[in-house]
Amino acid sequence: MRLIQLCKGIGIALVASFVVQSTAAAQIRVVATTPDLAAVAREIGGDRVNVVALAKPTEDPHFVDAKPSFIVTLNRADALIDGGAELELGWLPPLLENARNGKIAAGAPGRIVASEGIRLVEIPTSFDRSKGDIHSLGNPHFMIDPLNVKIVARNIATHFAQIDPKSAATYSANLSKFNTRLDTKLAQWQQQLAPYKGAKIVTYHRDFPYLAQRFGLVTLDELEPKPGIAPSPAHLAQVIGKMKANNAKVILVQPFQNRKTAETVARQTGAVVIDAPQQPGAAANASTYFDSMDNLVRAIASGLGAQK
Amino acid sequence: MYVTKPTNAPSQVGGAEGGSRYNRREWRLCLLCAVAVVSAPLAAAGQVAPSKSKQDSIARADSIARADSIALVKQLEKELGAGGDTANAPAAQGPRATGGYMNIGFVALTDAGWSSASDIGAIQRGDHDPHVNGFTMPNAEISLDGAVDPYFKGFSNIVLKIDSAGETGVELEEAYALTTSLPANLQLKFGQFFAEFGRQNPQHPHSWAFVDVPLVLARMFGPEGLRSQGLRLSWLLPTPFYTEAMVAVMNPTGGTASSFRSPDSPDIHGGVLDDRPINSLGDMLFVPRINTSFDLTETQTIVLGGSAAFGPNNSGPSARTEVYGLDAYWKWKPAAAQAGFPFLSLQTEWLWRHYDAAQRAAESDPLVTLPAEVLRDDGAYAQVLWGIKPRIVAGLRGEVAHGNGSAFISEQRINQSRISPNLTWYPTEFSKFRVQYNYDNRRDIGTDHSIWFQFEFLLGAHAAHKF
Repeated sequence: MRLIQLCKGIGIALVASFVVQSTAAAQIRVVATTPDLAAVAREIGGDRVNVVALAKPTEDPHFVDAKPSFIVTLNRADALIDGGAELELGWLPPLLENARNGKIAAGAPGRIVASEGIRLVEIPTSFDRSKGDIHSLGNPHFMIDPLNVKIVARNIATHFAQIDPKSAATYSANLSKFNTRLDTKLAQWQQQLAPYKGAKIVTYHRDFPYLAQRFGLVTLDELEPKPGIAPSPAHLAQVIGKMKANNAKVILVQPFQNRKTAETVARQTGAVVIDAPQQPGAAANASTYFDSMDNLVRAIASGLGAQK
Repeated sequence: MYVTKPTNAPSQVGGAEGGSRYNRREWRLCLLCAVAVVSAPLAAAGQVAPSKSKQDSIARADSIARADSIALVKQLEKELGAGGDTANAPAAQGPRATGGYMNIGFVALTDAGWSSASDIGAIQRGDHDPHVNGFTMPNAEISLDGAVDPYFKGFSNIVLKIDSAGETGVELEEAYALTTSLPANLQLKFGQFFAEFGRQNPQHPHSWAFVDVPLVLARMFGPEGLRSQGLRLSWLLPTPFYTEAMVAVMNPTGGTASSFRSPDSPDIHGGVLDDRPINSLGDMLFVPRINTSFDLTETQTIVLGGSAAFGPNNSGPSARTEVYGLDAYWKWKPAAAQAGFPFLSLQTEWLWRHYDAAQRAAESDPLVTLPAEVLRDDGAYAQVLWGIKPRIVAGLRGEVAHGNGSAFISEQRINQSRISPNLTWYPTEFSKFRVQYNYDNRRDIGTDHSIWFQFEFLLGAHAAHKF
């Protein structure tokens, strides 16, 4: 009967799967949901890890397709780094459901929740979708504050050491090196943005509060009337009025946001639109976290500087 | 942990749709159960519902006990100085210790429109299709899901729907557990669930790209799709690309096993039902499927699948049905898509059925004997979706279905075709407006025109969509 043949086939393939699984790779296989998390994991893991990111650097991390190939990637992972603040809520759960990988199950050493220990901002006090698509745990775009990244790096190093104790010293050394460099860089970035303390910025989505907080900028408004709600002419008119009244001269947009809308507002207000990708890899010359932040800070500083 | 890791009320859970009709008393009972299920977590969330029934008071007692334990743990945490890093204390998540152990969602569809067909039910065969001139509420669904424990996840969809006579029906559409930690990439699902046959059969109406079920799926699997009680084993193959093989063993009986031992089968074969018992494993319904996927490029993905369903039918003591299907899905989305737009996708399914009808007494006149014969049907649909700009999707679907000649002329097996352009606007992920035109053509009956509007809203958790 067909069924018996099917069972035989499954049996043979089962044996084959054990054979494949026993040939373990030397590097630990790390999957990060977004490229910024992957970039930090590469700094900490060095040559001990093989890191892949699921979301593309130019892609809206809220809206990633749950492609079946990701199931395979997650199935074979030794570790998964996710933001832990609902950024990936629309696509990660069904992938994990089918990945059948206990190593990356919630609570396992291989499951690294990047935001653990980070003080998230904008935590809603009530759940109400008439306020837009708010994240119940707070704003998930925390990776553009370098001090948050320090916490993420420490979380990653701790888990890497648990998964791969033989290389614990390497991870610890890489973490120190990363932190030292981050301290130097942070001082440099702060210096670059110091002249613009208190400057008003406008963003497309509510995705830059952590940056504003760290570098003393003030987010005047967003082009979206509410998080996740498309800009309406009435709201944009308000934003334009507000920008003129407050002399706000820059609008930050990410690659997946509607630049045309930002340009329209910029024309009305004499502001400049700044391409401000948060993800490493979005620009060809910026594959590391440092390169990416260098670009971002430089772009914001020059945008604000041009208006002085 | 319950207190320190509050889960969010709004997060995710999926759509669903419907099943068999219950009589009034039964559905009231179901409704009561549903209310009890829903009220317990609500009470836990601090929104104590008015206590009207025993269930409510139990739920309230539970919630008070939980509130006490939350307070105790909070106090202990304070005393012990829980928190770890001093420079960066964990986020204060204060008032949000709602502790929902499950995601709760509610999604309701309203259809409205008009058709030139005098027998709308014959061209809109799905239970979740619009089925009258005027308004239809074909699917209002409560969905619950969550981790049962470290070993299982649990899902349930309870559907309420108002039929063409205005009567509310309730069905336990799905209620199943899924294993999380079997070895060797295996996974078991058990309970009541949609058979994983092709792409659309396991989808709930919320995920459909059109207001109605494709003709061929309604023909093979009846108004509610193929679902039953059973067990499904799935294996993720160790291939470099995604390949999943699965097989379900299910009960072959009931209105949701349409090509098999359904009480409605006389509509297909015209004979008196043969109510034989299940004597062996061979009397069960088997649904094997293999599904594979490749990323053609960074921006293009293809999914290919093959399915079958084998089981007894009730035209005679040893009569059997075989249904086969092939399906394909392709999607393109650029690397810098805004909120998932633009995109272009193509989905197609082709099914064929071999229905072995035994010699049988005609249901209409038991003195007439219908000869043993093989009823062959096949059909296909293909649909293109174009996400033009954020939140606007244009769709076009074409479909055909055929049946061979037989001694019993079934109106379900006539040759027919349909073309359906539509346009959907999603104000957000939680609401949608859709307008669809159907051009139906039935052999010997003629053509019909229908226009259908659809509105959907979603409350609470929203299940992430599968690819």
